[in-house]
Order: sequence, then C-alpha cells, then structure tokens
Amino acid sequence: MKDPLLVVSDVRVSFLKEHQKRLFGRERQQVLRGVSLALEEGECLGVIGESGSGKSTLGRVLAGLLPPESGAVFINGRNLYGRGKRDAAGPRHGLSVVFQDYTSSVNPRFRVEHAIGESLRALERLEGRVVDKKRRVAELLEQVGLPASCASRYPHELSGGQLQRVCIARAIAVNPRVVLLDEAVSSLDASTQTQVMDLLMELRARRGLSYIFITHDLTCVTYFCDRALFFNAGRIVEQVDDMKNLSRVRDPYARRLLDAVMGIGVQPGDLRRERADLLPAGDGDVMGAAS
Amino acid sequence: MLRQLFKNPMALLCMGVLLFTALLGILAPWAAPNDPYANDILNKFAGPSWQYPLGTDHLGRCVFSRMLFGIRPTLFLSLLTMLGTIGLGVIMGVAAGYFRGVVDEIIMRVVDVMLSFPSQIIILAVVALLGVDIRNVVVASIFIKWAWYARMIRTATIKYTGMNFVLFSRSVGSGNFYILTRHMLPCIAAELAVLASLDTGWAILNISTLSFLGLGVQAPVPEWGAMLNEAKNVMVSNPEQMIAPGVAVVALVGACNMLGDCLRDALDPRTARQ
Ligand SMILES: Nc1ncnc2c1ncn2[C@@H]1O[C@H](COP(=O)(O)OP(=O)(O)OP(=O)(O)O)[C@@H](O)[C@H]1O
Ligand SMILES: [Mg+2]
Repeated sequence: MKDPLLVVSDVRVSFLKEHQKRLFGRERQQVLRGVSLALEEGECLGVIGESGSGKSTLGRVLAGLLPPESGAVFINGRNLYGRGKRDAAGPRHGLSVVFQDYTSSVNPRFRVEHAIGESLRALERLEGRVVDKKRRVAELLEQVGLPASCASRYPHELSGGQLQRVCIARAIAVNPRVVLLDEAVSSLDASTQTQVMDLLMELRARRGLSYIFITHDLTCVTYFCDRALFFNAGRIVEQVDDMKNLSRVRDPYARRLLDAVMGIGVQPGDLRRERADLLPAGDGDVMGAAS
Repeated sequence: MLRQLFKNPMALLCMGVLLFTALLGILAPWAAPNDPYANDILNKFAGPSWQYPLGTDHLGRCVFSRMLFGIRPTLFLSLLTMLGTIGLGVIMGVAAGYFRGVVDEIIMRVVDVMLSFPSQIIILAVVALLGVDIRNVVVASIFIKWAWYARMIRTATIKYTGMNFVLFSRSVGSGNFYILTRHMLPCIAAELAVLASLDTGWAILNISTLSFLGLGVQAPVPEWGAMLNEAKNVMVSNPEQMIAPGVAVVALVGACNMLGDCLRDALDPRTARQ
C-alpha cells in the first residue's frame, strides 16, 4: 500500500506565557498537544475548531514555519524538520499555503505579477530551470478566473475575492501536492465563498491537489471536504471519515458546534433532515453538552 | 512610487531647492564671482553691489562667494553623516529584528547604552577627545545617531517579519537575502525616508551649530554656521550680516523636512492614490 501523502505524528507546540506568575517564570502554554493525522493523495481534509484552538499554529507547523517541540511532519515521506541529507534533498514544495487574512498576505508594494513571480522564482531556484514568468503568470491568473489585466495591479486595487484568488494562484504556482487553506474563505461573503470553493474543487480535479481546509465554519466543510477533524484545545477530538456521518459525532464539543450551526438552519437540506430523525435520541446529549 | 513624488508640487519644490543648492556647491569655484578668502579690508561691511552681490563681511570678503563655498561642508557633510547613520542603523536594526535571539540581545543592549547619553554632549565629548576637526564631528554624529535608527528599524522589521507575505515567502523557500532586500527594506524605507530627511535637517543644523561654536569647520574655511558666528560679533552694528547664512540654513533645513513628508506620502501606495 502507498504511504499517505502527508503524515503528522504526535506534534506538540507550546509558547511561553505572556503573563508569568513568578518573576522570571518560564511557564508554557500548550497550544498543540499531540496532533496526529494523515492525508491521502487527492483528498480534502477539513479541520474544524473554535478560535484559539490552535488551528493556525498547526498550519504554521505544516508550512515549515514553526518547528514543533516534538513529533514530526512527513510530506512525501520526507521529514519536513529533519536534519538528515535525505530530508534536505528533493522537492521542497510539497505543501503551500493560503492564509486567513488576505489583506496582509500579499506585500502591498508588489504588483500581482510580482507576487506570483515570487513563487515562480522560488520554483526556478529549486528546479534549476528558467520559467517564462510573464506567460506563466497569465496562465495562472486565467486558471483562477482572473483577467490578465490584473497582473499589473496593486493588491489594494483588487477586491477581497480577487485577492484571495491571487493568493491561490501564488500558492499553486510552485506546483505543490498539498495546499493548506487557513480560513481561506472565512473572510469572504457567502457567494464569493462558494465561488472560491468551486474554483478550488476545479483546480483539484485538474491538478490532482490535496487540500487541508482549516476553518471554523461547518457549512464550508460539508460543502467542500471528504473528511473532517474536530479540533479543540490543541487536540483532535473527533474524526469523521464520511461526511454523511457528520451528524453522528459523539464528542460533546463537536456536537455543540454542529448543533449551533444546525440550530440557525444554515445547513444544507440533507443534514437538516438527518437532524430531524436524530432529534429524539440526540436531545439529551445536546443538553448535556451545552450545560 | 517615484512617479508619485514627481507629481507633488511641494516635493518638486523641495527637491529643486536641494538639487539647486547641491549644484551650486559643486560648481562653486566657477559660480562664485570672487575668491572666498580674498579680503579687501577697505571695503568691509559693504552693501550689495555688482562686484559683491551680497556685500562683504568684517574682513571685506565676498559674502556671496563664501555662501557658495559654504554649501560644501554644510550640505555634503550632513549627507555623509546621514548615509553613515542610515547604513549602520539599517544593518544593525535589520539584523536584530530579523534574526532575534542572541544577536538581538547584544545589539539592543548596545543601543540602550547609546540612547542613554544626551547626543549633543556626546558629540562635544568626542570632539574634545579626538580633537577639533570636522571629520570628528561627522564620526561623532554617526556614532550617536545610529542607535535611534537601529531601534526604529528593528521594530519595523519585527512587525513585517510576522506579516503573512513574509511568512509565505519563507514557506516557499525564498532565501533570507531575498526576503530582506525585496520585502523588508522597501517596507521599512517608507518609515525610514521620513526620519532620514528630517534628520538631514538635523545634521545640517548640527554641523552649523558646531561650526558656530568653533568646534566644526575651522576659521578661514567658509561654512554657514561659522559665518553666522562671525556675523554675531557685529550683530549690533551690522545685523544684515546674519541674514544670508541664516536664511540659507532655514531654507535648506525646511526643504529637507518638507521633502520628508512628501516622501512618506509617495512611498505609501495607499495614501498616494486618494
Ligand atoms: N507566537 C505566539 N506566541 C504565543 N502564543 C501564541 C502564538 N501564536 C499563537 N499563540 C496562541 O496559541 C493559541 C492558538 O492560536 P491559533 O492562531 O493557532 O488559533 P486558531 O485556532 O487559528 O484561531 P482562529 O480561528 O481565531 O484563527 C492561541 O491561544 C494563541 O494565543
Ligand atoms: Mg487561525
């Protein structure tokens, strides 16, 4: 059997606390407490959790920006934070990132073509071949559904959805296997969200990408993901392998999240129906979780 | 960005003043009507005339020619001071802010020490220690001023290191040098430009002040501060002697300050377009 594309094993991260009880205290706050997950080729994994549960921190670990205290991240069988020769060699761009806050994720002084060009330059350096940047930028813009005239614009001259598309173009420019979307659609309005998610699905079909989709929005996960992880206080508390079983989650935290969404009725129809026939059994459970 | 700057009439005016002054300073030997050192004691305190456009001073030397030659120490030495200060400050500040850890600790403790001295006193002390010479003034100014820049640039660097675009750049594997030169420095430049052009004004004043006090440029050499000093002696009998160097210093310092404001507007792509 083939190894999974991305394996995270028992990653732990903690930060020094801002407010120490004692002078010169070195109390640490655990943000990730042993996270393990695996991502298969071509899969879309949703990571759901409330604010401050450590989702973005996990994202930073996966993107190679924050070495974990213990545990390891393997992309394509290569240890991301390994020091061995074997780990340093080979393609670096297994994974690339689209950030939560699109306003700060493109340098305001870079035109769109330069922002994407930066990824292309990294690709050039890595593969040691020359890329025709102008043509490639135009291709990428077209792939994410933007007119080529955007190339010479500055980020502040684009709308949020357009800018997020630029970020996506920039992320796929390095030919990654996995794209990490850290709340990539959360700050967009509902119809733009759907557009961007449709775009992502199309890209996935075309390029065989895998996604890790970090969010606190359950609706997006049901719309977009194959599998979902519920994240709470730095731990994975529940894993849903089949989205049809989403409403059967047992963990109290996950239940509460699910229930909050379904309560205001923004869930796609099929889920609401499932909830209806779950109600007699689920009611006490929900009450217990909420109190 | 520069195109923005050239559309601003105020910036154009300031740059015009500075460039014109610099040009006059470079061309002083050809532009000056008289030898700045030749005295004509019979003609002292003469009023403006065709031979002496701005009159003569207490030794009968041509004030206009002395003004032109005085541009050199005033403007060029202050630019030199600023270049040294910014260079040192940027290197130290970026190193401290980007690499953090031990490097940061060492640099910032040195900066703290530097900042705890009052700058004018230190300059006087250094000049007293190394001897009265304009080169020592420049060295002392750089020595005392770089710490301000290092601290400011460190803060800016830390701010930008946490920005998503820098994180992305790191995650796709761009080198430190690329990130520093393409992301950090242009971002910092905006904040730097304002401070730098304000401080060019400070440096001009500083060199003039020290020359006025007799610690900078020495006696026969024409310098605006030194000229003011000489004019001061006859302040009561011939107050017009102070006008030319005084107005020139004010104009130059004012141009630097105003250019600072215009630069800030031009370097920020968001404010510029409104
Ligand atoms: N650099 C840091 N230093 C100290 N603490 C940090 C740092 N980064 C994150 N934290 C802490 O780690 C915890 C998790 O943060 P994280 O950004 O991963 O949350 P999140 O799940 O992404 O939340 P959100 O949904 O709001 O984006 C928070 O409590 C935060 O205070
Ligand atoms: Mg987050």
